Amino acid sequence: MIAKHLSRVLIYSVLLIAACLFLAPLYVMLATSFKDAEQIRAGNLMSIPTSINFESWKLAWSTACTGVDCRGLQPYFWNSVSMAVPAVLISTAWGAVNGYVLSMWKFRGSEVLFGFLLFGVFMPFQVVLLPMSQVLGFLGLSSSVAGLVLVHCLAGMAGTTLFFRNYYTAVPRELVNAARMDGAGFWRIFYRIVIPMSTPIMMVTLIWQFTNIWNDFLFGVAFSGADSKPITVGLNNMANTSSSVKSYNVDMAAAVIAGLPTMLVYVLAGQYFVKGLTAGAVKG
Amino acid sequence: MDSHLRGSHYISSMKSIENLLPKLVLAPGFVLGFAFIYGFMIWNGVLSMTGSRMLPNYDEFVGLEQYVSLWDMDRWYVALKNLGIFSVLYVGGSMLLGMFLAIFLDQKVRAEGVLRTIYLYPMALSFIVTGTAWKWILNPSLGLEKLMHDLGWESFQFDWLVQSDTAIYCVVIAGIWQSAGFAMALFLAGLRGIDDSIIKAAQIDGASLPRIYWRIILPILRPVVFSTVLVLSHLSIKSFDLVMALTAGGPGYATDVPATFMFVMSFNRGQIGLGAASATMMLATVAAIVVPYLYSELRSKPHDR
Repeated sequence: MIAKHLSRVLIYSVLLIAACLFLAPLYVMLATSFKDAEQIRAGNLMSIPTSINFESWKLAWSTACTGVDCRGLQPYFWNSVSMAVPAVLISTAWGAVNGYVLSMWKFRGSEVLFGFLLFGVFMPFQVVLLPMSQVLGFLGLSSSVAGLVLVHCLAGMAGTTLFFRNYYTAVPRELVNAARMDGAGFWRIFYRIVIPMSTPIMMVTLIWQFTNIWNDFLFGVAFSGADSKPITVGLNNMANTSSSVKSYNVDMAAAVIAGLPTMLVYVLAGQYFVKGLTAGAVKG
Repeated sequence: MDSHLRGSHYISSMKSIENLLPKLVLAPGFVLGFAFIYGFMIWNGVLSMTGSRMLPNYDEFVGLEQYVSLWDMDRWYVALKNLGIFSVLYVGGSMLLGMFLAIFLDQKVRAEGVLRTIYLYPMALSFIVTGTAWKWILNPSLGLEKLMHDLGWESFQFDWLVQSDTAIYCVVIAGIWQSAGFAMALFLAGLRGIDDSIIKAAQIDGASLPRIYWRIILPILRPVVFSTVLVLSHLSIKSFDLVMALTAGGPGYATDVPATFMFVMSFNRGQIGLGAASATMMLATVAAIVVPYLYSELRSKPHDR
């Protein structure tokens, strides 16, 4: 009996210590963002801020400098919003249609096509950077938010197709066959039968795409111009600006602001995010 | 008769449109998608065989010269060595930590949902966000070092982030912290798929819990272990954001990895041909890991329809 109690105590202490280690960086970010320069110098990473001070949040949002640009993170934040919203919606809709065809309207060779598309989930996007930047130039979309939307749609399409295709493959064949017998066509079946039962996978895909696109740095840094930089690029530039005085409180507030949207989505709809993560690993 | 014929012709052409429609719907997406994946792959390959510097220049064909100079560069070897260190420690560390957490979480603990959420939240954050945070935490004077001094460990020294031979280990620490929860989630899903009666039967036979996990559970989980290794290792090859946020490849180019090497050469140094060659090397490495996996996954799957 004692051994049993002891092992429970051990299990819970290991789990709790691990939880503290995982939470520590988040605490450090938040605590530092509330401190002023004096408190940062006097205290240490874990010291509790003596007062809640939103000064560095204001700075990070609207007046902190990245290079010569002193408008804070605000413009980058809105760039990210106007990039992520259309890119998430388009890539999700695109994946839904593709997945619908690949699971319910299979044809000779459709499985092979899908297999070749799957490589797009894994490929290192470094390969597409140079050709893509030339194509964006041809299209007149260089350094624009529209260009970034296009890139994210193309890059995300393989993943969204995979999500929907795997989900629809599990739908009983009879459902679609019966509708076809009744004379329902391709689009009618899609709108009336398939879409209404897609809510779970829709959520998974929307959240997955939003997290990926909001958090993207590679495309942002490669394809954006002065007026289209997403927030990850803005944050990185801000935190790496070499000025004489490093304001860590402002950097941390900026980091929290940049992470807030995806964090919020994770807290509110974490189960869908986890499903997306595990679905991304278990293919086929 | 005539009108009847025309009618059936009309119906059959409607039918064939209906049959074609799925393919027509799929076509534009796949044409664009394949152009993006395979077209650009070839395009990048072509670029890597040109002497392009600041701008792509397709007239100057140099064959494999860029690859030769790539493999002659000290900086490329530094990037490969860092990738080796990072991959092994990052994949190994995330797996080990994730496996431990999953096994402990699987002991019917209370508040499992909350704990899981805590272990996994870093995955929802951008590497740029967490990299910025870790940069502050690992800051040599004000970060961890000061904390330890304040806690009474006066001789504690931690300046890994600014030393060229240790900075890559800082990237490893931040990377494991970010991804261990992901490995945990995959293992936990695998553990949940195992029938409880197996464990019970082994317990009745007098096997200890660690022994059961090591000898019985782990072998059952082999496919999960395999796909976790695969996903983590392809992530490690692609890792770019974390390095940029944490060290930006520095000090000097001490923490360069292939992804940052490619970016710096292509976009900062005006060595587009060389950048394209390094991208091809990354592609080849990922393909070598992923293609056999994808092939076996698609093959072994029973044909459901």
